[in-house]
Amino acid sequence: MLINVSGINSHTVLWYASRATGVVSLLLLTAVMLLGLLVTRQGRLPGLPRFAVTGLHRNLSLLSVAFVAVHVVSAVADGYVKIPLTAAVIPLASSYERLWLGLGAVSLDLMLAAAVTSLLRRHLSRRVWRAVHLTAYLSWPVAWVHSVFAGSDLRHGPLFLLAIACAVVVLGATAWRVVAASGDVPRAERVGLLMTAVHARDKSRNRERTLAK
Amino acid sequence: MAEKLLVNPIDCEGHGVCAELLPEVVTLDEWGFPIVDPRPLPPSLERHARAAVSACPTLALRLLRE
Amino acid sequence: MEGTADAVTELPRLLPPRDGKQGDGKPDRPSDGGRSHDFRSHALRYGMLTYRDRPGDLIGEAEAAGLTGRGGAAFPVHRKLRAVLDAAGKRRRTPVVIANGAESEPASDKDATLLWLSPHLVLDGLQLAAEAVGADTAILYVHANRAHDVGGRLIEAIAQRQAARVDRVPVQLATAPARFLSGQETALLNHLSGGPVTPTFTPPRITERGLNNAPTLVQNVETLAHLALIARKGPRWFRSVGTAEEPGSMLATIRRTDGQPRISEVPLGIPLKDLTGDLRQDGAVLIGGYHGTWITGAQALELTLDNDSLARAEARVGAGIVIVLPADRCGVVETARAVRYLALESAGQCGPCLNGLPRIAAALAEIAGGRARPQAVGDVERWAGLVSGRGACHHPDGTVRFVRSALRTFATEVDWHKRGRCSAANTRPFLPVPQDTARSENDWI
Repeated sequence: MLINVSGINSHTVLWYASRATGVVSLLLLTAVMLLGLLVTRQGRLPGLPRFAVTGLHRNLSLLSVAFVAVHVVSAVADGYVKIPLTAAVIPLASSYERLWLGLGAVSLDLMLAAAVTSLLRRHLSRRVWRAVHLTAYLSWPVAWVHSVFAGSDLRHGPLFLLAIACAVVVLGATAWRVVAASGDVPRAERVGLLMTAVHARDKSRNRERTLAK
Repeated sequence: MAEKLLVNPIDCEGHGVCAELLPEVVTLDEWGFPIVDPRPLPPSLERHARAAVSACPTLALRLLRE
Repeated sequence: MEGTADAVTELPRLLPPRDGKQGDGKPDRPSDGGRSHDFRSHALRYGMLTYRDRPGDLIGEAEAAGLTGRGGAAFPVHRKLRAVLDAAGKRRRTPVVIANGAESEPASDKDATLLWLSPHLVLDGLQLAAEAVGADTAILYVHANRAHDVGGRLIEAIAQRQAARVDRVPVQLATAPARFLSGQETALLNHLSGGPVTPTFTPPRITERGLNNAPTLVQNVETLAHLALIARKGPRWFRSVGTAEEPGSMLATIRRTDGQPRISEVPLGIPLKDLTGDLRQDGAVLIGGYHGTWITGAQALELTLDNDSLARAEARVGAGIVIVLPADRCGVVETARAVRYLALESAGQCGPCLNGLPRIAAALAEIAGGRARPQAVGDVERWAGLVSGRGACHHPDGTVRFVRSALRTFATEVDWHKRGRCSAANTRPFLPVPQDTARSENDWI
């Protein structure tokens, strides 16, 4: 599978371009996932305004789409292995690395759906937009599996560590998000809770004052 | 054609992005929720208002044509 | 049908007379021994319902009569009818009409009394409103936990009308949950659509897009009862009581110092002192319920029950609630108790209301308990400013109006409380405040 490196020619460049943009895409998508999780929890990046979190999330996701597009086109254009363009979005359409490329296609489909629905958000119902956006939780792991198993770049050396690091970080952030959300109070209980809190705080404050006297 | 900015208080969760992008019109109260100047938007701010509307994570902001 | 302008403008119009006295119905002891929901008695007293057979006809009569909503907002009825009729034509959708009998204000009993004693007037009005806008769906929405089994009586009343083939549009009965917001228009629609009884954010108006996206008319039950009589007796008859700008009569829930609620049908513009009985200059009266306004006894002695007059005390007629605070009770303590209820009844959907009302309630409780920090009143005023107008409904606005009027009217009392004293001799609760408040999602369904 590896081409003779000493002879640089067009299909070698394309093949390397595809692999490189693939790695960058994975990194970008990892960042997009982290930023998305941060947005839902109203988290902030130190030193940056809030609109940086939402803005970076959106801009990096569009950038990822661009990088994935290059990753796909360069792989298809490279003639050494025959990959039909349709395999980018139709799983199992390629006979080369059928399963792993298929997963890539699945991930790309979901990614495109999330991006398009987000661009058209104003015209969609809240529920529809949210349902599609939640498929990101599926899209990323599938992209990760595709990245690691289609080709062997991420299974050796520093890139292997990088792949593991991405997985750990996304898993950890998702776990944090789920745990934090489990502490959220349902709408019907919010007022009751707040009432108890402000009344209790006032009682304890008054107690302190009389003791201080 | 004047435009006004409107917040849907039910969808608003107090992310506060609008106040950063349009401080001339939106300030945050002591709980982090937006107080929107009810007067019509000056035309010079319309572009920034549109940016604020599309940046809101819950799409709680709306531009109303008057 | 041109009405005869009766020289005798005797009240009551909506309620059956009782022992020869004018329209004095106590909700807990209906005077009629249970017969007034009988359709034949209704027909004998008021005559048969006559349809116009032309949608829109009634609208002109409502306009000439100057009928405004009796649910609290006093919106001109003809404008609402016209808005729904126009929306139906423009969007080619058949409208829905809803009689709002939720009466979620705890201090009000007039709608429950009306539904108990004169359900057929309400049902007549519902049919006429349906005809006026071309509706094919009619819903009667009532608070089931109220005095006696009004639901059962209404089912019987509707059945009688069906048997007599009086109703052209079938009437469905729907129950309102026991929440303060259950009478709010968008919350009502949310509930009827299968959701919780929490408000939704308008635009668009419900007269454009309401139940199932159809143009929807929501009218208070008393308003519909007046409509039914205007249809029989004409606009001039309706205007023969009341004032020129605010014509007609209304049902008022009056509590004097004995605390007993009395329902009286009174002409708009009646002097408040005719309703309150003996009133001290330094006393206090609550006008309009828990989204209403406290005024001083001195003001009440000068003012009449109409918006024009009450505006001078920054008050409004609202749903016609008039409560006299007994001399031995403390207005600050009573207000704090009511505001605690109002805070707990917030839907909790909008940041300002969710955050502001509980804090206002806690500060008022501190003030009422004589243990307030020096900045408590200032805090309340600041939060009041932050909360008003920033919710999806007017719950925070109404609560703030009530609170501000209390701080104004009971300013001297507040000063006493700051020094740890209270002028009340009696600590027993006076204002009717429900004990049950919402605790979980089930309480909103």
